[in-house]
Amino acid sequence: MVDRIADPWGARTPYGQGETWPVRVDTFLDGDLTEQQVDAWYQSASILHSNGDAMDIAVKDGRIVGVRGRATDRINHGRLDPKDLYGWQANNSGDRLTRPLVREGGRLVEAGWDDAMDRIVDRSRELLAGPGGWGHFGFYTSGQLFLEEYYALAVIGKAGIGTPHMDGNTRLCTATAAAAMKASFGTDGQPGSYTDVDHCDAIALWGHNVAETQTVLWMRMLDRRRGPNPPAMLAVDPRVTPVTREADLHLPVRGGTNLALLNGLLREIIRRGWCDDEYVARHTVGFDELCRVVDGYPPDRVADICGVPAADVERAAELLGTSRLLLSTVLQGFYQSNQATAAACAVNNLHLVRGMLGRPGAGIYQMNGQPTAQNTRETGADGDLPGLRNWDNEQHIGQLAELWNVEPDTIPHWAPPTHAMQIFRYAEQGSIKLLWISATNPAVSLPELARIRRILARPELFVVVQDVFRTETTELADVVLPAATWGEKLGTFTSVDRTVHLSEKAVEPPGEARADLDIFLDYARRMDFRDRDGKPLIDWTGPEQVFEAWKRCSAGRPCDYAGISYDRLRERGGIQWPYGTERLYSDGAFNTDPDYCETFGQDLATGAEFSEAEYRAKEPAGRAFLHAADYQPSPEVTSDEYPLLLTTGRTVYQFHTRTKTGRAPQLNAAAPDVWVELNAEDAARLGIAEGDHVGVASPRGGIQARARIGRIRPGAVFVPFHYGYFDVREARAANELTITAWDPVSKQPIFKAAAVRVAKLAAGDGSPAPAPTVGGSAPVDGTVRATAGGPTAEATSRVGED
Amino acid sequence: MHLAHYLGLLHRAQVNLAGAFREVAEAHGAEPDVAHLCRQQARICDRHAERLEPFARRYAEEAPDEPDRLHSELFTGTRSGGLGLLRDLQDLYLMAAECDICWTIVGQAARGVRDQDLLRVVQACEGETAIQMKWLRTRMKAAAPQALVVAG
Repeated sequence: MVDRIADPWGARTPYGQGETWPVRVDTFLDGDLTEQQVDAWYQSASILHSNGDAMDIAVKDGRIVGVRGRATDRINHGRLDPKDLYGWQANNSGDRLTRPLVREGGRLVEAGWDDAMDRIVDRSRELLAGPGGWGHFGFYTSGQLFLEEYYALAVIGKAGIGTPHMDGNTRLCTATAAAAMKASFGTDGQPGSYTDVDHCDAIALWGHNVAETQTVLWMRMLDRRRGPNPPAMLAVDPRVTPVTREADLHLPVRGGTNLALLNGLLREIIRRGWCDDEYVARHTVGFDELCRVVDGYPPDRVADICGVPAADVERAAELLGTSRLLLSTVLQGFYQSNQATAAACAVNNLHLVRGMLGRPGAGIYQMNGQPTAQNTRETGADGDLPGLRNWDNEQHIGQLAELWNVEPDTIPHWAPPTHAMQIFRYAEQGSIKLLWISATNPAVSLPELARIRRILARPELFVVVQDVFRTETTELADVVLPAATWGEKLGTFTSVDRTVHLSEKAVEPPGEARADLDIFLDYARRMDFRDRDGKPLIDWTGPEQVFEAWKRCSAGRPCDYAGISYDRLRERGGIQWPYGTERLYSDGAFNTDPDYCETFGQDLATGAEFSEAEYRAKEPAGRAFLHAADYQPSPEVTSDEYPLLLTTGRTVYQFHTRTKTGRAPQLNAAAPDVWVELNAEDAARLGIAEGDHVGVASPRGGIQARARIGRIRPGAVFVPFHYGYFDVREARAANELTITAWDPVSKQPIFKAAAVRVAKLAAGDGSPAPAPTVGGSAPVDGTVRATAGGPTAEATSRVGED
Repeated sequence: MHLAHYLGLLHRAQVNLAGAFREVAEAHGAEPDVAHLCRQQARICDRHAERLEPFARRYAEEAPDEPDRLHSELFTGTRSGGLGLLRDLQDLYLMAAECDICWTIVGQAARGVRDQDLLRVVQACEGETAIQMKWLRTRMKAAAPQALVVAG
């Protein structure tokens, strides 16, 4: 038995370079149940983080009673994240939404499906009647639905209503990954494979606390680190985390300065002759300009900007420059920070100049934050077009028009699809009048919450929210639709390394809750969308039909699902796209051909779009782009009034706004409430001790929380973003403080750089802050009682079982 | 030699554009991308003006009196709302276009007078002005349908 709250990563199974990662099967079942007592097991994968860990759902008497990792799956070899071991209990929570709700006299009251859907359809028809009716619709979806649901939504929005105003909360988590891959390689699509961990000799983690966000990927890295020939490790993160403690070198950079660091590292690598000159010459465009720009970043200047020793910058360059098989992973420390796309592209540059792509052990993970974000991007339910097509390429639009049998003009393509922050701006100004939110909780997760609440509460804005529970967002809706979730519906989704999994329907959803796909298809039927021959635009009735339709849409594109079917997924477990392709770009040929690429490119500093003619003039011919940009300070920097820099983030025990993990007792008890993490030096200056009540204020708002004295870099403050108001009323959501600002290219909001001040409100009662001792929030004070789950958290781990 | 007049024209156009970027940033604070990027571009215009100044001084000694109607007024203050944003960005675009063509003309003159130092400044700056125009065009293209067709 192992308490996976006390030890989220479980026992080590060390292995050496080039060996197969040993199997370890993790299981957690309700109460005293044994595996033999389970009625049936249903194949699935995780939707509580982005790693894509495969599992079987245990069912007894028509209820989910536990989970077990799938030993044969390529991603996790049987292991599970604590969020998966315990998080399924939320499905059985007594406060699930089971009936639609409609707003009557200012209150949400229960209603039937016909009533709820009629209200949406009546409003939709009314809005569509006038010229420019499409522009009154906004769709804000998720990174947690299934591929089939996103594709159906994309067709409804783009071919049914004809609106460009559709995005996912993937804008907050993974938009920069997509933008950086498009910019460097021509299209979205992860170059690497998780098996690169098995082969690499160095791992660089760029703003990625993988130990808490993708625990199973971290287990794989740790197992390599404990085996023979372990990989070297470099971590860039302003906090001290399990990753930075493990790393051979930690660069705790000042928030918002990532690009300056990368430019400095690239300068050293180029000057010290660590480039793969032949690879650069044959497979890249832009090396001279890159050299010119990065030459302005000698180690001393980088040290000044980033607040790390110049010698460490040189050491980091050496670690990266002398490795023979380099693996990089990038996440929110880069994506949600200043100059996000430019910094993520700079990591791509590093791999391109070193020729570290497309070979076992030489790879990049431009990570996703959410389990199905990859599909939001592929299907165009976010600011992309289905099949990773280029909005500015008439032929790509023609392909979609033919596929859907609509006029090309129907599909909005006069500009890139509208990004989430702009959708909310149009709603604020009143030109978007119907906002349909599915499976996400913007009233906690978007920046500057006072503003978001104000927008959602506008009487002129008709808000539809589709979710599993009542949330901070449903409370501002006009219609609430109860949705089925994982385990209660059938569909597929795809992990960071392009592995597609099938998720079976194991149990019936509660009450009248319906699969999100059924809700979208019902809306399409009621709206009676037609193609150009007068036939129904959408005639699908179930997920497998949509999947097959998606295969036709993705055919010939980088994310071609040919060869993958429900039957094959049932038979084999996870399968990568394109079928049988472990790594992209192994031949050094990139997707940059003008007729194939997903974008004609943007200026990284402003987001200015380049034209097709300008793109063609660069003659990429299958070569990757080395994009260079100068460091510029963040839109908000510290001042006398707001002298500290806030970064928001995560704990291993919670996911997003806790709608599920907050209802899993073991997870919630481990991280029950918000905290503010301060460095001991800053805390002493402010007279703040562990557990004291403090106020944090920014120009946008304030919160109260208890102080955790930790090892974050001096001058920086950390607040986890998970905590909203469904179970507590006091002002505590981190996003009360954050700034409305975004990256000019990826349009990803900046959550990692807001200026704040912190003040002590009252002394604590001697108890520590409600922050876990495990992970980045570990206290300086060694006497704080260690986080543990106790008997109800005991799970099993069997090593070597196959 | 009239080069000084065109240097003066370009210099003043850069100063005016910097000021207009700042005014638009101030007026459209509710459009955070516009506000942030306008401030950023204003700083770029400041730098352009600074780099032109020594050349303007140097050539002023050889210049006859300034001709009439050299300068034009392209910006008369900001507006509000979605349509107002579009018009303000369009003003900025026209002002950037004036700078753009001035860089071309000054660049030609620099070649004529064999002033490599001036030519280097032109070549370093004209691309940044081109990016300003491109960004403004991109932003207006995205905003136009909503402002002109959808918003009431």
